[in-house]
Amino acid sequence: MFFGKLLSASLAIVMALQVSAVVAQDEAQVVNLYTSRHYQTDEALYSNFTELTGITVNRIEAGGDALIERIKNEGINSPADIYMSVDAGTMWRAQQAGFLAPSSSEILESRIPQNLRHPDGNWYGFSTRARLIIYNKELINPEDITSYEDLANPKWHGLICIRSSSNMYNLSLLASLIEHHGAAEAEAWAKGVVHHFARDPQGGDTDQIRAVASGECGLAVANSYYYARLMRSNMDGDKAVVAATGIIFPNQDGRGTHVNISGAGIVNSAPHPENAMKFLEYLASDSAQKYFAEGNNEYPVVEGLLENEALLEMGEFNMDTVNVSVFGRNQAEAQRVFDRAGWK
Amino acid sequence: MSKSDKTRSPSELGFSGWGVFALSLIFSIPLLAVVFHLFLPSTGQWEHLSTTVLPNYIFNSLYLMVSVGIGALVLGTLSAWLVVMYRFPGASFFSWALILPLAIPAYVMAYATTDFLQFSGPLQSFIRDVFDLSPREWRLPNIRSLGGVAIVFSLVLYPYVYLIARAAFLKQSTGIIEAARTLGCGGRRLFLRVAVPAARPALVAGVALVLMETLADFGAVSFFGVPTFTTGIYRAWFSFGDKVAAAQLATMLLGFVVLLLAMERISRGKSSYENKSTRQDSGEKITLTGLKAWGASLFCAVPLGFGFLLPVIVLISMALRVDAGFSISRYFDLIINTVTLGGITALLAAFLGLMVVFAIRMHPLHKPLAIAGRMSGLGYAIPGSIIAVGVLIPFAWFDNQLDGFFRSTFGISTGLVLTGSIVALVFAYLVRFLSVSMQTIEAGFAQVNPSLDSAARSLGASKNRLLKDVHFPLLKVSLLTAFLMVFVDVMKELPATLIMRPFNFDTLAVVAHNFASDERLAEAAVPALTIVVVGMLPVLLLSRMIVGSAKIKKA
Repeated sequence: MFFGKLLSASLAIVMALQVSAVVAQDEAQVVNLYTSRHYQTDEALYSNFTELTGITVNRIEAGGDALIERIKNEGINSPADIYMSVDAGTMWRAQQAGFLAPSSSEILESRIPQNLRHPDGNWYGFSTRARLIIYNKELINPEDITSYEDLANPKWHGLICIRSSSNMYNLSLLASLIEHHGAAEAEAWAKGVVHHFARDPQGGDTDQIRAVASGECGLAVANSYYYARLMRSNMDGDKAVVAATGIIFPNQDGRGTHVNISGAGIVNSAPHPENAMKFLEYLASDSAQKYFAEGNNEYPVVEGLLENEALLEMGEFNMDTVNVSVFGRNQAEAQRVFDRAGWK
Repeated sequence: MSKSDKTRSPSELGFSGWGVFALSLIFSIPLLAVVFHLFLPSTGQWEHLSTTVLPNYIFNSLYLMVSVGIGALVLGTLSAWLVVMYRFPGASFFSWALILPLAIPAYVMAYATTDFLQFSGPLQSFIRDVFDLSPREWRLPNIRSLGGVAIVFSLVLYPYVYLIARAAFLKQSTGIIEAARTLGCGGRRLFLRVAVPAARPALVAGVALVLMETLADFGAVSFFGVPTFTTGIYRAWFSFGDKVAAAQLATMLLGFVVLLLAMERISRGKSSYENKSTRQDSGEKITLTGLKAWGASLFCAVPLGFGFLLPVIVLISMALRVDAGFSISRYFDLIINTVTLGGITALLAAFLGLMVVFAIRMHPLHKPLAIAGRMSGLGYAIPGSIIAVGVLIPFAWFDNQLDGFFRSTFGISTGLVLTGSIVALVFAYLVRFLSVSMQTIEAGFAQVNPSLDSAARSLGASKNRLLKDVHFPLLKVSLLTAFLMVFVDVMKELPATLIMRPFNFDTLAVVAHNFASDERLAEAAVPALTIVVVGMLPVLLLSRMIVGSAKIKKA
């Protein structure tokens, strides 16, 4: 039967693909990455590592929580060497899932600030992104707002744009507020902000920045790398957005601006643990740190390496030095607070 | 159902029957793995969810089901009826072009429409500039709203109804239609009183697919910022880190879909829908003139224009805005990966769908077979990431058992054989999309008169011959339709692909998603357009084959 022939042909293709995949796996000089980083500019980051060490980087890119499930189910046979994510909350959950191995490395411990890594070396942060307040230059006097707490001020009624509460960077921001002020005060803050929304939460961070530029709202909260990307864009529309808006690094007089990390840790069943450690140390090296900034406009965690023009123009700032694992620990509470406050 | 079938006892399943039964069970495992979470303790996010956000999510999901269901039904059925029954300007063009929105993933449609229509987008900015309006005094209704999502979903999902309905109308016997016409029943009454009721199984199958797709979607609704029940599932998982609660919520969703499908079955009762006539042509087409003709053209042009042309134009203009770094060799790999997965899955889905539906037809009294068969077709209603975890659990378990066995017996490690391979990925797709092929093929089977089966069997034909020489030719259109729909669905699929794929394996949908989730919509436009173009090829090819096979029958 026609169908039967096609069927056996397709099965043969599947088997062939399968065999070739297995053969490819036999090469020793590899490091296997399960990562939720998916930036095209990272290609250079990985190929540079291969050039330096001869180790090929294999990747599976998916959501942080989905990858946690995959590693958990794959168990001791998981090919994963490194788990990598773009949020301290997910790093914390990976740690809770129990598959991140403690490690020690003088290089990593000396180069990465203490608040950006796990105390036992189960994971390390390699780059940061700051949560900024963006304002419309015509509608807002930047001197009137200096902190996240100020966003709840009735003065901003009908002026605030921010994305939905399930977004991980909003969750980590609120988790840090819970840490600093307690859940009750954080909830009062969230209710205040919700009350001042210019519109229901929608779209991504760039959408919020554009909305500020267009005058739909006066204030927005967005991650630093989206703003830096607009600054580096050569499209007229993006230039106009940057011209119409300004940025504020919140809480400079107090605890500092909230930052989240992109982090990574070694999986305890890693088939190539030495390569994995080489990779982590590479991520903290000068060249890799510069790639984070140059490629994706993230802040290097190692000081004194920032060369990205846009980030330099945005200015220096003090970051909140609370240990970022707090964002994971408080995350469920943060979502509950958001839900109770009616923050969609 | 013929009498000989009814008297057959459940025990007489036979070798092939048991095979199908076992297969259906295997395809139900991921679903059962999800349902099994009902028995696990969750961290108790239930109360919180149900007292805060869940009521709103449920309302939104119901709202979308009703509006998208009606929208897709009206657009799909009416346009199918028009192109099958009438001659009007552009009718033959519309008969294939109306399928095209199928090639546009809902999330891509979401990128395109929101970017174009939002407050800070080109359209509203242009209007504000022209009329010199200040930003805070004028705005269009927000596209990022329930209504906006309903319209977008209706526009990209109606082809499911259209395809199945068209296949049904093409096969509706000239007999009833001519009889109705002789009795003075024409036009609207013929459509509403005769054709639509007779095509009920087909229309229900189409709408069921639309509703399941609507319920399971996360990509588009999250982009629109409209939270649905699926948002609740992901909130439980990603925000609360409570995968058990997520699986429990997914099971509730599944239960709801099962209930809905069962209710439809019961209300259908004992009426039969099969084609009593053996003539398969749809008779002479009526030529529409004047206003009616242009009205028909306009009705077909609207979904095609808004569901396909407009988003494609927006995507092209987005792609032209940036230097997207289009590399032919990279895209060649992406297309090969995408088409390979789509082709293999679609072929298997059409084949398995046919086997399962045929076995159920042959053994109408065998309840376990029917249940197993239907269960294997429920994966479509469950969000992709959840079903992927459901696939991961048994596959990883199997691999680890196998590895443990080889380690202890032969001292060698087999590692993970299936997990993280194309096999597991194709399996996940089948769990998800078997429903699409089963619904389509079942709708086709529903119109094949069972007396044909009895006649063939009493003439001594084996089941194999019955399937091969009687059913297969009659079901060609349905099988091609099933293949096409699954192929395009796999091309668009994202969450299961992300989680299940092998190392360094990208598809077009993955690349589009990576750009979009990084808020680089203009760059995402290039892979998105490639999905549309690659998806159009089988659409064009198969609609030619479908039209061709209809013509051959007439000759």
